[in-house]
Amino acid sequence: MPSVRIPTPLRKLTGELEVVQAAGATIAEVLHSLDQAFPGLKERICDDAGQVRRFVNVFVNDEDIRFLEESATPVKDTDEISIVPAIAGG
Amino acid sequence: MNPTPFFSNLKCRECGRLYPKQAIHVCDFDFGPLEAAYDYEAIGKVLSRKVIESRPHTMWRYRELLPIDGDPTVGAEVGFTPLIKADRLAKILGIRELWIKNDTVNYPTLSFKDRVVSVALSRARELGFEVVACASTGNLANSVAANAAAAGLKSYVLIPADLEQGKVLGSLVYGTQVIGIHGAYDQVNRLCSEIAGKYGWGFVNVNLRPYYAEGSKSMGFEICEQLGWRIPQHTVVPMASGSLLTKIHKAYKEFIQLGIVADTPFHMHGTQASGCAPISHAIKRGTDIVKPVSKPDTIVKSLAIGTPADGYYAIHSMKQSGGSAEDVTDEEVVEGIRMLAEYAGIFAETAGGVTVAGARKLIESGHIGAGDSAVLCITGHGLKTQEAIVGKCGAPRLIAPNLREFEEKIYAPDAAAASI
Ligand SMILES: Cc1ncc(COP(=O)(O)O)c(C=O)c1O
Ligand SMILES: [Zn+2]
Repeated sequence: MPSVRIPTPLRKLTGELEVVQAAGATIAEVLHSLDQAFPGLKERICDDAGQVRRFVNVFVNDEDIRFLEESATPVKDTDEISIVPAIAGG
Repeated sequence: MNPTPFFSNLKCRECGRLYPKQAIHVCDFDFGPLEAAYDYEAIGKVLSRKVIESRPHTMWRYRELLPIDGDPTVGAEVGFTPLIKADRLAKILGIRELWIKNDTVNYPTLSFKDRVVSVALSRARELGFEVVACASTGNLANSVAANAAAAGLKSYVLIPADLEQGKVLGSLVYGTQVIGIHGAYDQVNRLCSEIAGKYGWGFVNVNLRPYYAEGSKSMGFEICEQLGWRIPQHTVVPMASGSLLTKIHKAYKEFIQLGIVADTPFHMHGTQASGCAPISHAIKRGTDIVKPVSKPDTIVKSLAIGTPADGYYAIHSMKQSGGSAEDVTDEEVVEGIRMLAEYAGIFAETAGGVTVAGARKLIESGHIGAGDSAVLCITGHGLKTQEAIVGKCGAPRLIAPNLREFEEKIYAPDAAAASI
């Protein structure tokens, strides 16, 4: 299963786990299974329309999914997915 | 220390939820940015032009509107840089009246970043941090390094490995830990977000960002005061994350709300380098969806942020105020640097070239009226980015140390000599 790095603001939902495993062949599927394991997680990451929120960046390995296929981006078992708050830097 | 009652909470800009004034920067619910919230009614009772004018000439003369509890303990001397009326530059750019807000001479590290760092590190101390850090395109690193050194804080500055030599040395000299990352700024930034989450350091532009960002307001307050307590018609601001533009806008609105300046029409304009112009391109496309630039390609390294954190808000500031955005090529940046030097006597870094060249285009296109008045925010010193103009401003003419060569090669006015 791909592993997912959880950012600090969401760790309350994962029992303070920094890295979790979640099944899925695309980002959308991974987010879905994350939500099964940690209810409420998906709603934090995606808006009502199911799109990744404006202030969240999702990376597959080192690439921002906005440069790939957004939430349809395929993922492999060996991939590392990172969820990173967008509001930083300057 | 006498805690001020003016700065009450952090507040999510998206949903309005309130948070305690800790080292946190995003809302738990929607990842929206947290911003300092103030009690404007209380501030209105104590802050006036007269009170401000009675205080020392630093950015801290507006301290009620800056988010720390006690007195500033880092960078108490920062700010109140000159606002210069630039008549010769105005003429060449084709505008009636032009002012330069000259942060190339900000104290101590010659860029506007000393403003944000002064607030962030003063707050870092109040929160008890011993290690401070930043993700930087260069200027911020210089400022964190210098101000942390003066304050006796341990610092780490993380930068893209390929920055200009002046920016790298300008951090190393303070004895900070300079970490060069093989990658673009956005990768540095992402790494810093992960480090901040894991090790609990005080990252000025990550977990201390709500405090850091407010520091930029002081540039807007100073502009108003130095213009004789009024808001300029047009303000032109270089954009990287878009925070400075957003915060100057906020400063103008706060002064209006407090009755310190009159509510006159004003327009915020943002400028970027074409090789990394996600915000300007979004404005030109007429959208507020910022498409990240994955591989910035420009000599303007200080503004090379491909995923600008405040892009969305900067766009709304420009739209709301009837402003506009423009981007300029690297050649135009060099022209901008030279124009500012030759017509105003100010040597700015590449971001200054972007602002001058961008303003020229905005005037040409009529987005800034030729009969209007504008302030250009010049945010960093040219000695830090010499690579950008080396070989592009000519070279000294070399002669032997004698009068004959001088007259032969440099100054041989036959007639003039006779007339002495
Ligand atoms: C000289 C200079 N001007 C302007 C900016 C833009 O700042 P912001 O990220 O607030 O848009 C930067 C950012 O690093 C800078 O170094
Ligand atoms: Zn929120």
